[in-house]
Amino acid sequence: MDVGTFAAPAVQWWALSPLLALAGTALAILVVGALTPPWRAGLLPLATATGAGAAATLAALQWTTAVASPTTLVGGALAWDPYAVLVTVLVSGSVVLGSLALSDWLWRERAETPEAHALLLTAAIGAIVMANATDLVVTFLGLETLSLSLYVLAAMNRRRTESQEAGLKYFILGGVASAFFLYGVALTYGVAGTTRLGAISGELGMSIGVPRNDVLLLVGVAMVLVGLAFKASLVPFHSWAPDVYHGAPTPITGFMASAGKAAAVATLVRVMLVAYPSRADDWRPVLWAVGALTLLGGAVLAIVQVDVKRMLAYSSIGHAGFMLVGLEAAGHRGAFAEDAGAAAVAGYLAIYALLVLGTFAAVALVVGEGDAATTVDVFQGLGRRSPWLASALTVLLLAQAGVPLTSGFVAKFGVVRAAVDAGSYWLAGVAMLSAVVAAYLYLRLVVAMWLRDAAGPAVAVPPASRVVLVVCVAATLGIGIVPGWFLDLLADVASFAS
Amino acid sequence: MLGALILVPAVSALVVALVGRARPEWTRLVAVVSSVATLAVAVRMLAEFDPGSAAFQFVEHRAWIAQWGISWHLGVDGISLFLVVLTALLFPLVIVGVDPHHDERRYLAWMLLLEAGVMGSFLSLDLFLFFVMFEIVLVPMYFLIGGWGYGERIYAATKFFIFTMAGSALMLVGIVATVVLARDEVGAVTFSLPELQRAAEFSVAEGRWLFASFALAFAVKVPLVPLHTWLPDAHTQAPTGGSVILAGVLLKMGTYGLLRFAIGLFPEAARWASPLFFTLAVVGIVYGAIAATMQRDLKRLVAYSSVAHLGFIVLGTFALTTQAVSGAVIQMVNHGVSTGALFLLVGMISDRRHTREIDALRGLQHVAPVFAGTFTVVMLSSIGVPGLNGFVGEFLVLIGSFGPARWWTVVATTGVVLAALYLLWAYQRVFHGEPDEANRGFAEMTWREGALMSVFVAIIVATGVYPAPMLDRMRPSVDALIARVAGG
Repeated sequence: MDVGTFAAPAVQWWALSPLLALAGTALAILVVGALTPPWRAGLLPLATATGAGAAATLAALQWTTAVASPTTLVGGALAWDPYAVLVTVLVSGSVVLGSLALSDWLWRERAETPEAHALLLTAAIGAIVMANATDLVVTFLGLETLSLSLYVLAAMNRRRTESQEAGLKYFILGGVASAFFLYGVALTYGVAGTTRLGAISGELGMSIGVPRNDVLLLVGVAMVLVGLAFKASLVPFHSWAPDVYHGAPTPITGFMASAGKAAAVATLVRVMLVAYPSRADDWRPVLWAVGALTLLGGAVLAIVQVDVKRMLAYSSIGHAGFMLVGLEAAGHRGAFAEDAGAAAVAGYLAIYALLVLGTFAAVALVVGEGDAATTVDVFQGLGRRSPWLASALTVLLLAQAGVPLTSGFVAKFGVVRAAVDAGSYWLAGVAMLSAVVAAYLYLRLVVAMWLRDAAGPAVAVPPASRVVLVVCVAATLGIGIVPGWFLDLLADVASFAS
Repeated sequence: MLGALILVPAVSALVVALVGRARPEWTRLVAVVSSVATLAVAVRMLAEFDPGSAAFQFVEHRAWIAQWGISWHLGVDGISLFLVVLTALLFPLVIVGVDPHHDERRYLAWMLLLEAGVMGSFLSLDLFLFFVMFEIVLVPMYFLIGGWGYGERIYAATKFFIFTMAGSALMLVGIVATVVLARDEVGAVTFSLPELQRAAEFSVAEGRWLFASFALAFAVKVPLVPLHTWLPDAHTQAPTGGSVILAGVLLKMGTYGLLRFAIGLFPEAARWASPLFFTLAVVGIVYGAIAATMQRDLKRLVAYSSVAHLGFIVLGTFALTTQAVSGAVIQMVNHGVSTGALFLLVGMISDRRHTREIDALRGLQHVAPVFAGTFTVVMLSSIGVPGLNGFVGEFLVLIGSFGPARWWTVVATTGVVLAALYLLWAYQRVFHGEPDEANRGFAEMTWREGALMSVFVAIIVATGVYPAPMLDRMRPSVDALIARVAGG
């Protein structure tokens, strides 16, 4: 190509405005924060939450247009469709709640710095780019941006060796996973001659008379799958999650489990359904097996833990299994379920993000300074010491267990419905049974809080954390009792631009 | 009207939980008033119920989650009528009559929420709504056992929760599959039970799988041997009020579910599976009776007697003759009344003596004759002595089952004899003889306890002497169900 005729792609500023808001806030915080004396307490999280809130609002305003005319942006690098808008709102919203929870943590640990907030914002940018990319190379860019931010955030607590260890472990294992992903992209390129999701699908869809190396392609798909499965912490690529969740500062753990997981799973959905739909019969059984393993592994390993953060890490793995149940259903082509599956995963992501953010915000308060005391015993008697905090955490835990009239039940029902619709009865059954096993784990915490007495001081709930908990609990009950409006939103979500 | 039966207790539970913190003296009043108001609504429903109709009455139908074809769909027929009334009656009695000993506000809030959930289970005509109610019941019951129970309460509460949830997990898949498979015949995605019953047709294999997923959930709840192991623990460790409700109405959710949903939706599969259920029922009757005989703990004895009694109900349910099913339904109510009353009496003994060991009790009828007399009436009702309510149900079940399940019925009849054995033997050990030092101070029944028990005794005698009004109201619905099973 002649350099002289290079035409820059058209830039749709309005559609990119959420990303720009996030990036602008991150840069402003880094630059201004470095040049000025320490800010007054609360200003940094306020700036972060405002920037992320603006991003979420801008994205939400684009919803109707994106539903009506999904398209791609910047020369086909990013998608602008309902799924993308939903992920943008979800991730930006997670930053708002995450930065509020983080601000209380930073204040308690006397570690207020601008970097933490800026990294939260860059992680969000990475998450959004990764999930909305319509080109595997852009996906990789997003993945690396997200991962690098999370490595640093995980290691942020300089006074705790576990935190350092978590960051290093995440970094090394994450690097291996990124390599797998990149190799998978290369092999796919080798077969299809392109890295655009839509073009890959078009290329692979032409079946007659095209000589093609299927082994190369399948190995490529498998490697892409491995890379993303690592990020989404699916069994057997989950082993980093408990250590990292345990070591990372607790609100960061909440952010990793919400925005990080949502981005990984949303990417998996987009890549599998947009780029490799013609190979669905090949990857669906793999997802079936990985899904079943993840569900059972997450649940069974969770109940033997004594550390609350590790417990919740395994529970988060189990939830990823539920998301896979929806994706597996979406892989059944031609069925009415194709939409139901992808929509159910989107709903699950949104609901779980709120649940897990609230849960870790509450856990961060209870475990005390330095994230030091994270065993179940610490929660004993919380119902008497801090009844409101304990009530909020109980609602969130019961929702994670899937008790009806909470959002968690709506989420589980959605994926089970999609799975049954697609004929995956056994996977739906495995999912429900794993939910029973996992229920035991949530009950253990509930038992400790309400049914065992232990003297101790009340746990103070600072205002920012209070906001997070109120929002999360209100959403949990709101979606749980009146799910109609939420399902209306999801009805439009499953269309992908390519 | 039916919505009020669910919403009044549910809202009062919230009121008690939130307002009670500021005004602790009001909590009991709110709880009593709301549960009595619920009873009043139930009594009005009973009075206005049309005894000649087999259809669902007082139907309420509002869209709830329209996207998924789920609605707030309530109704009552002859099968659920008396279970609703029993629920409405037992809760105020327990709330007024049983003292939780500590944390009254939270106890009452959970009780009221429990009432809402149980009511919802008996009234729901929407499969999804039913599942929601069926599951939501676990939460208050879990906290009641765990928070106000005896020594091993947390173990028992957790076991109860996990067992029941495990049973119903697959039912959710079954419910969704039912709806999805029936989509074409019904013409829409709907969870409405009457709609599904009207139009849905399942192949033999589908029907049997779906039946299995429903039946498993209910079999755990009933509980059928060998899924019963949670019951003795839950009953023994639960506080008295919790035991009364557990035995009185919660177990009935299982038998009611079998009748209404498992059999009502999948008649062919129900006929196919009936030998299995006959066998499990009869094993339950004999095993429950033998296990009850062996118990040293009075409460555990009553718990095992429940296993035996529920066996009769399941036997009658699957015999699928008018007499047997009527007997099963009336036995659900009877068992609720007499076992509920037994648990109350055992609770009184336990409150007075701080033990329920049969060996530690002796000669109580010398020091507390009224108490002993009440115990005798309730016990005889549980044994099934003619003239009391227990006889009506068991007799109808045995007569009705003799045709379709002859040899099973013969074995089941031994259960009646064994019931006499374990209860009379227990009575003899606890009430006869000379009271020793520890039992000499056993207090006679108080007026409050007497008033409470007199309600139970009145129902026991009234149903035993003249059950026709109840049977008449059940008859059309039972016949309709049997016609459906025979035809399907």
